[in-house]
Amino acid sequence: MFPYEKYLRQEKFPHIWCTGCGCGIIVKAMLRAIERIKIPKDDTAIVSGIGCSSRTPGYLDFNTLHTHHGRAITFATGLKLAKPRLKVIVVSGDGDATAIGGNHFIHAARRNLDMTVLIYNNYTYGMTGGQVSPTTPFGKRASTAPYGSAEPAFDISGLAIAAGASFVARSTCYHATQLDKLIERALGKKGFSLIEILSPCPTYYSRPNRLGTAVDMLKFYKENSIPVETARKLPEPEKTGKITIGVLHDVERPEFYEEYQKLVERVRKNIEKEVRPASSPNY
Amino acid sequence: MKPNNVKVMTGNEACTEAAIVAGMRFFAGYPITPSSEIAESAARRLPQIGGVFVQLEDEIASMGAIIGASLAGVKSMTATSGPGFSLMQENIGYASMAEVPCVIVNVQRGGPSTGLPTLPAQADIQQARWGTHGDHPIIAVCPSTVRETYDWTIKAFNLSEKYRVPVILLLDEVLGHLNEKIVIPDQADIDIVDRVRTTEPPDEYIPYRFTESDIPPMADYGSGYRFNVTGLSHDETGFPTNDPVKIDALYRRINRKIDRYRNDIVCFKEDLLGDAEICVVSFGTSARSARRAMREARALGIKVGLFQLYVMWPFPDVELGRLAQRIKHFVVPEMNLGQMAHEVACATRLTPTKVNRVDGSPLTPGEILEKIKNVSV
Repeated sequence: MFPYEKYLRQEKFPHIWCTGCGCGIIVKAMLRAIERIKIPKDDTAIVSGIGCSSRTPGYLDFNTLHTHHGRAITFATGLKLAKPRLKVIVVSGDGDATAIGGNHFIHAARRNLDMTVLIYNNYTYGMTGGQVSPTTPFGKRASTAPYGSAEPAFDISGLAIAAGASFVARSTCYHATQLDKLIERALGKKGFSLIEILSPCPTYYSRPNRLGTAVDMLKFYKENSIPVETARKLPEPEKTGKITIGVLHDVERPEFYEEYQKLVERVRKNIEKEVRPASSPNY
Repeated sequence: MKPNNVKVMTGNEACTEAAIVAGMRFFAGYPITPSSEIAESAARRLPQIGGVFVQLEDEIASMGAIIGASLAGVKSMTATSGPGFSLMQENIGYASMAEVPCVIVNVQRGGPSTGLPTLPAQADIQQARWGTHGDHPIIAVCPSTVRETYDWTIKAFNLSEKYRVPVILLLDEVLGHLNEKIVIPDQADIDIVDRVRTTEPPDEYIPYRFTESDIPPMADYGSGYRFNVTGLSHDETGFPTNDPVKIDALYRRINRKIDRYRNDIVCFKEDLLGDAEICVVSFGTSARSARRAMREARALGIKVGLFQLYVMWPFPDVELGRLAQRIKHFVVPEMNLGQMAHEVACATRLTPTKVNRVDGSPLTPGEILEKIKNVSV
């Protein structure tokens, strides 16, 4: 049995998540990954915004920061730059990261500051009662889309790749053993790494859409997921409605803080040459 | 005075230089006129001393980042103007609620909306107090010269560290861009205040413990103290609570911090008020015109004095109320439509004479003098 207790603030339980919610599966996978890469609790920060996913840090015995809706990445950016030795993990939801926090999300991917972002994608705003989110599939119902969503959905992983993330992977709450390995890889990757995790919300997504129980959702993930290696060989039409899982993107790009440090060293070495006087008339 | 301590610089440059002296090692910002030179000088200066400058995607992110950096123990600042200040309000509330020291510079321009990007105003003073939602503690300071900008930037950091509260430094376009002679004070003569850090061992540390001072000692993230910070109503341990007793205690304590120390925070200068029958109340660059107007009025034999605020919030209501016991005429020049006059009216229970300008031009001594003359008749 994996010693989860070691990482939990046990006095904070029971948690607030609904029966059948995927959050617990993700948290456990994250803890297994953290254990494997052996980062001390004192040197790990978990930062979140608002939403069901964002209640994660409160249950975990690390440096934890629960911020505003969509803003977790901004706080994490300051924290990481001020104390670069911290391993910074951001946990977020689909609405938190790609609606209200969408601008921060794409720019963090572009900037490539070292942090790992886990997005619990349950296609809905669970905390506020099941409103339509940027990832709600076209036609699916939500409390603010009672006749079905008339908007196309975001592909979170595709968005991160396009914006410049170093490492992007997708998995689901059914693939729990794959998930911890992916998180482990993401934590070991220098730069901005993202894992999109499809997560069941039986209360607010499955119920209005008549998709069954949490178990039915997990079965759906099992039956409709295809490994990225397989997906690459398939013609487009055969991929419709399928969930591509695995490492979608893994590239080497200059990491922001390392580049900034190089800049600092250069400036400090050539301080006379590089710098205009403080009260330059052109200023 | 050492000759190399005499410089000519703008208010914006003085702000950055002073922030560095105060210990700022992290700056996050977004370009906006007329504050951009603060970001530009921080971008130039911070790498020289091993600090971090980062330009982020907007003012929301900038404000979030300085909170994150401050929680890691690094003194942090951002700078902006009207529209950006509006965007920062959300996270300013977080800094008030979670008691995170940080400094926000607002080089005021005309508003609302995009308003007058390149022209001055003093119309954000009520926003500085009440811009974010909910009852919250805040301090706002308002220098009027380049040298005062230098001094008050340092004091802004000191107040922020001492009281664990966000501090707004209110400049305006005139002051931000004004090139003025400044004698840089000797660093040995400058008081620098650092936040009180806990001396308890990590397993005994309670991040929001009720202490005699009402200001809980801090610990830095990543220093062996593992704790939780949230913008939700929280108890002493820093975890969310719905317990009415604990919620009430938290809100009262964070606001009481300012109330009980207001005498240490409030700062103003009285000029020629001893025998005055008229009191001009002003702040920032308007106070410079007001001082000139006062002198000219004195030359005409009018008994007028000046009450200049250096701290806008908490407001010097007690002191103005006391003055109102013997002075019945208050004149309030400001580059807005009466935001401070409203406070003066509340404090003095009199109707002050307003001198307002909202056309993007600074108030002139002449127009203030005219009002003083009218009142003295």
